[in-house]
Amino acid sequence: MEFPVGEKQTAMLTITNLHAGVGDKKILRGVNLQVNAGEVHAIMGPNGSGKSTLAGVLAGRETFEVTEGEVLYEGKNLLAMDPEERAAEGLFLAFQYPVEIPGVTNNYFLRAALNAIRKHRGEPEVDAAAFLKLVKEKMRILHMPEDLLKRSVNEGFSGGEKKRNEIFQMAVLDPKLCVLDETDSGLDIDALRVVADGVNALRSPHRAMIVITHYQRLLQYIVPDFVHVLSEGRIVLSGGKELALELEARGYDWVKEREPALSGARR
Amino acid sequence: MSTATDTIEQFTSQEYKWGFVTDIESETVPRGLNEEIIRLISAKKREPDWLLQWRLKAYRHWLTMEEPRWWPNLTYAKIDYNDIIYYAAPKAQKKPKSLDEVDPELRRTFEKLGISLEEQKRLTGVAVDAVFDSVSVVTTFKEKLAELGIIFCSFSEAVQEHPDLVRKYLGSVVPYNDNFFAALNSAVFSDGSFVYIPKGVRCPMELSTYFRINARETGQFERTLIICEEGGYVSYLEGCTAPMRDENQLHAAVVELVAIGDHAQIKYSTVQNWYPGDKDGKGGIYNFVTKRGACRGRASKISWTQVETGSAITWKYPSCILQGDDSVGEFYSVALTNHYQQADTGTKMIHVGKNTRSTIVSKGISAGHGQNTYRGLVKVLKGAAYARNYSQCDSLLLGDKCGAHTFPYIEVKNTTATVEHEASTSKIGEDQIFYCNQRGLSKEDAVNMIVNGFCKDVFRELPMEFAVEAQKLLGVSLEGSVG
Repeated sequence: MEFPVGEKQTAMLTITNLHAGVGDKKILRGVNLQVNAGEVHAIMGPNGSGKSTLAGVLAGRETFEVTEGEVLYEGKNLLAMDPEERAAEGLFLAFQYPVEIPGVTNNYFLRAALNAIRKHRGEPEVDAAAFLKLVKEKMRILHMPEDLLKRSVNEGFSGGEKKRNEIFQMAVLDPKLCVLDETDSGLDIDALRVVADGVNALRSPHRAMIVITHYQRLLQYIVPDFVHVLSEGRIVLSGGKELALELEARGYDWVKEREPALSGARR
Repeated sequence: MSTATDTIEQFTSQEYKWGFVTDIESETVPRGLNEEIIRLISAKKREPDWLLQWRLKAYRHWLTMEEPRWWPNLTYAKIDYNDIIYYAAPKAQKKPKSLDEVDPELRRTFEKLGISLEEQKRLTGVAVDAVFDSVSVVTTFKEKLAELGIIFCSFSEAVQEHPDLVRKYLGSVVPYNDNFFAALNSAVFSDGSFVYIPKGVRCPMELSTYFRINARETGQFERTLIICEEGGYVSYLEGCTAPMRDENQLHAAVVELVAIGDHAQIKYSTVQNWYPGDKDGKGGIYNFVTKRGACRGRASKISWTQVETGSAITWKYPSCILQGDDSVGEFYSVALTNHYQQADTGTKMIHVGKNTRSTIVSKGISAGHGQNTYRGLVKVLKGAAYARNYSQCDSLLLGDKCGAHTFPYIEVKNTTATVEHEASTSKIGEDQIFYCNQRGLSKEDAVNMIVNGFCKDVFRELPMEFAVEAQKLLGVSLEGSVG
């Protein structure tokens, strides 16, 4: 399929003045962001700036309460959807801390998930044989161990295996919008490279990615189109991929000193 | 935190699918319990005098016993034993010779329950003994099994056809005076299944009994006896359902297993789905059952697997007496309590012989206001050198109004024995549910999946087709628990 260059497209995701928190604690204080298909956005920021909250709000985690603002996903009100509906509509969150489900094999879990999503789209279920063929291919790309499918979801996985498993699931479920929440945390350099290769293999003109990270390191491997700095619940600085390097060199304090210049989103 | 709780809060009011009543004329004995009633039951079954005397002995002993009320986590209204009908049978002209002679209404009942009584319609080789209220309606594949010397029939028939075997082993594992409910059962038991596996015979198909309570205000008191000779093997499964009624009904069964010879093996699986009562705790079956097996032969083995999802109250401890050297006892259990259900279940492993081994895996799931107790005893006697036990008791809580309790009792009299016990209690996590949601699964599917995963170690012990049934059943029992 041709990607219409130069034509005005509707944004995949538009976040407008988003405020959210937990209980009385305000965390996001007016986030604005627009993400188009084919783009990779990195969101960087110091601890406690609201990065994971933003990921949680997008995925629909009920711990967070949205107090103000709007999120449009493909023109629809994302905040009105249940988490499973968001997933079925093509939003995928790669968890910072993937959850263990003892006794449920990866194979069973992932096929149930894929079929739930396919059902939502009005597509027929994938049978066990077709599914196996599909996952074998994705496993090869991500260097997943053979026994992965038979093992319980994330149970007894090393940190690196858990993160790779997230990207593997992402590859199988084929989402439109991927949110990667600190996927690099806890990874050594080899594991990081494997995960990054997996993510890069999924880059496509039809897919958008939001890569949340504390460090610039990941962005050497997953090169973003845009970098945004989140600080105290707002995007205070946006720029191209070189912004990540500048941040690495100067530290987050540099951003704080520059405020309030260039606050808000890119457009 | 509120999310997971709300989620589970809504986990209510799923209709019990097996709650229908069969409209069939039944023949009952008068309400109440006394020697006359026992004589009447015995006479109806044309029993030999020794059996009547055995019943009466049990009854007289029962009169001297107190109903056990000692479990602090079990509460229920007093049972009036004189307000129960102890025998109910569908009115039939005579015992049907073949399936064609079985009352069509009864056949429809079992078909509705998914139990086909027509041999050719069974997909896999499973022989069924169908027990309706107090009597066995029909037993399938009897002739085919008889060719191998296997006896599979109703208990009443065994009393007529194989009185020596019955007389020899009846009460040999669970004596008539064992406990209050076992004594009551010994006095008034009506029907059940009888299995005999001769020396060296491996039973080629699953044997199963399907118990159905239908009549109102009756109790069901069945008795099952399985005897396995040297080198024999049998896998037996029982299933149970009952109509929905507002009153509580009593089910007090006794099961005795005897693995006589060396290397004899009995695998006994239960999928218990008696009516659990409504969501407010009204009605339901009191399931007070005594199940025990004796491993008498060297390297003999008895394995209990149970999936307990029904009944208002479940009170049972399938146990193994490991007499033969190198004998093995196993207990795998899933007990689920939802709404106001209460379960107090576990096992006793009595190590008598040398090198005896036992394994206990218990998974308790509590939802709604359900209370779930594991109570188990591992006893290693003086002579049981190098006995080994491994116990694992896990509890899963859904919501914050239910309870899980674990009481492991360990008595070791031999210093060479090894006894290990592991226990865990976990709450089904908001994180787990959200993780599943984020992958596109609904809350209900997520809870089902997590619960089934939790029970996997037990389900894999069930015969395959029943494992699938058990998974579905667990799903149904929890349905409505999630919004």
